[in-house]
Amino acid sequence: MSSAATTIKAKQRPGDRVFSGSAVFAGSMILVTLAAVAIFLIVQSVPALFATSEEASILTTNFWDYVWPLLFGTVWAAALALLMALPVSIGIALFISHYAPRRLASVLGYIVDLLAAVPSVVFGLWGIGVLAPAVQPVYSWLVENLGWFPLFAGPVSGTGRTILTAAIVLAVMVLPIMTAICREVFLQTPVLHEEAALALGATRWEMIRMAVLPFGRSGIVSASVLGLGRALGETMAVAMVLSATGVISFQLLTSVNPSTIAANIALSFPEAYGLNVNVLIATGLILFVVTFAVNAFARWIVSRRKDFSGAN
Amino acid sequence: MTVTTPQEPRTATPIANSLTAGRLPASAPWVILGVAMAVSAALFAIVGFAAGAGFDWGGAIAVGGLLYIPSIWIFSRLVEGARRATDRLVTALVTAAFVLAMIPLISLAITVITLGASRFDVEFFTSSMRNVTGEGGGALHAIVGTLLMTGTAAIISIPIGLLASIYLVEYGRGRLAQGITFLVDVMTGIPSIVAGLFAYALFAIFFGPGVRLGIAGAIALAVLMIPVVVRSSEEMLRLVPNELREAAYALGVPKWLTILKVVLPTSIAGITTGIMLSIARVIGETAPLLIAAGFTQSMNYNLFEGRMSSLPVFVYTQYANQGNPPEAYLDRAWAGALTLILIVMALNLIARLIARFFAPKFGR
Repeated sequence: MSSAATTIKAKQRPGDRVFSGSAVFAGSMILVTLAAVAIFLIVQSVPALFATSEEASILTTNFWDYVWPLLFGTVWAAALALLMALPVSIGIALFISHYAPRRLASVLGYIVDLLAAVPSVVFGLWGIGVLAPAVQPVYSWLVENLGWFPLFAGPVSGTGRTILTAAIVLAVMVLPIMTAICREVFLQTPVLHEEAALALGATRWEMIRMAVLPFGRSGIVSASVLGLGRALGETMAVAMVLSATGVISFQLLTSVNPSTIAANIALSFPEAYGLNVNVLIATGLILFVVTFAVNAFARWIVSRRKDFSGAN
Repeated sequence: MTVTTPQEPRTATPIANSLTAGRLPASAPWVILGVAMAVSAALFAIVGFAAGAGFDWGGAIAVGGLLYIPSIWIFSRLVEGARRATDRLVTALVTAAFVLAMIPLISLAITVITLGASRFDVEFFTSSMRNVTGEGGGALHAIVGTLLMTGTAAIISIPIGLLASIYLVEYGRGRLAQGITFLVDVMTGIPSIVAGLFAYALFAIFFGPGVRLGIAGAIALAVLMIPVVVRSSEEMLRLVPNELREAAYALGVPKWLTILKVVLPTSIAGITTGIMLSIARVIGETAPLLIAAGFTQSMNYNLFEGRMSSLPVFVYTQYANQGNPPEAYLDRAWAGALTLILIVMALNLIARLIARFFAPKFGR
């Protein structure tokens, strides 16, 4: 660009005006939609925030007492899912990017992506029909032998439909997206760094520890935060798998489990009436705010990473 | 002249350092894996025989795998030293992570196919659930509803998403473009159930509380679909080389014609792939449709009147509201799940094929 770079304006033809006009309109539609989502949710939520148990039969005392255990359950289930999914997804990403034969890598990546294509309601069916009966004996064993550990305290659930099972299903569901992000970042590691490490005599694992993992650290963090966002908002799998009672409890294996916001909405909404609907919408608004915060945090990490990425 | 001192003959004494330390032969991991599996299988055979139960394949393979990880470490540690042992251990663990992720996928595929096949028949695709209690009945009403609502969502979101991505790539400068990019990111993260609540809230204002309409479901799906379309189309448009645009401008082609005749045809394969994948993503959504469109047992072709079933919601309601006999309801749920998975897989496959065969050839 020279200093005299006054931008030359092209002649505006009618076609240009129509086309750029409709493009701007479509772009603004996104702004409008999101604003509408926020406004309609807030408008419908406001009556619920100050409702009492006389006005809305779903409440026992007031709104905040109702939403607090649900919020706890949402975060607790998502955190458990993340705890299980993170090491596995890092392992899969490393396997695909650095261990598997080059020619197989893209096929293996596609197979992992297949998991993302399974609808959540099918995961729900699978969770109840296959996973819960399969893990129930393990739960019984854990309660019998490791019951002194607070998380494993009894009595064990007879169906296996506990929060741990729900978290396992959630972990399987967020695995593909986390793996995809980790894989992308690992593949971007400067080859010179890897080759330098190998040339100095490092084994493959030492090369990964010294070159790949430090380079991919922020990618791993953003992958886990995005996975957390997914897990927070996941509805049907939890609604079907979890037999919830709406308490605050850290115990993983009992039949008394906290519910999650999304699952609670899906289960209660079809029969809700009157102010109960507004209460459920208000819990949805809180879920929206939480996932918004989590996702914004992830984007912030990704954008911060842009400044120092690359081979430097 | 110069006296050369006779050199000492070289000896081949081994030097003890990690660089020349012994190595396991290339076949060693496989041999150890085989032995571990054999030991585990023998163990399970004995236990199973003693207990009178059958042979537990899953348990045997799992225990064999668990046996392999420490034994390769011990062997490598003895022969190759600590560093290589760690390397082998990590290799085993990383592979185990991949195998672990395959377990749910394979289990899911087997379950859905075996359980779904029993009701995957003609009646399932030709009848609705109207007046059906117990056995029989089908999911035609749900399939029609899914097609109508997903189709409407696609009609709404493809133009908006495509034009918005064109705006972002070709026109967008300054704050509006930044704002839209950020909000698209935000929209990607909207939980699906919140989209359903939004559509419900929107229509409840006009039609009163308790409203359930097919069009509301379509709006909810569109909210979920637009950001995916924008993201993928934007990526594809950015891949179009700038030289193509500049060549068109140099020939005096107006900007809108350049976009229409040069940029879009170059990237149409990628855009189509992205759109197919976004349809595949929303067609399996359950929660927003359960909230906004409800469910019904009868055919409903009208998006603007009455409740409308969809395939995922059909699966859910068949499971959740089991009647008598429950097996009939569960079979229908699994058959619905099989149909759903087949549709999603077909969409994914078509999308990949389009991407592969219609991608522009940039080679010379």
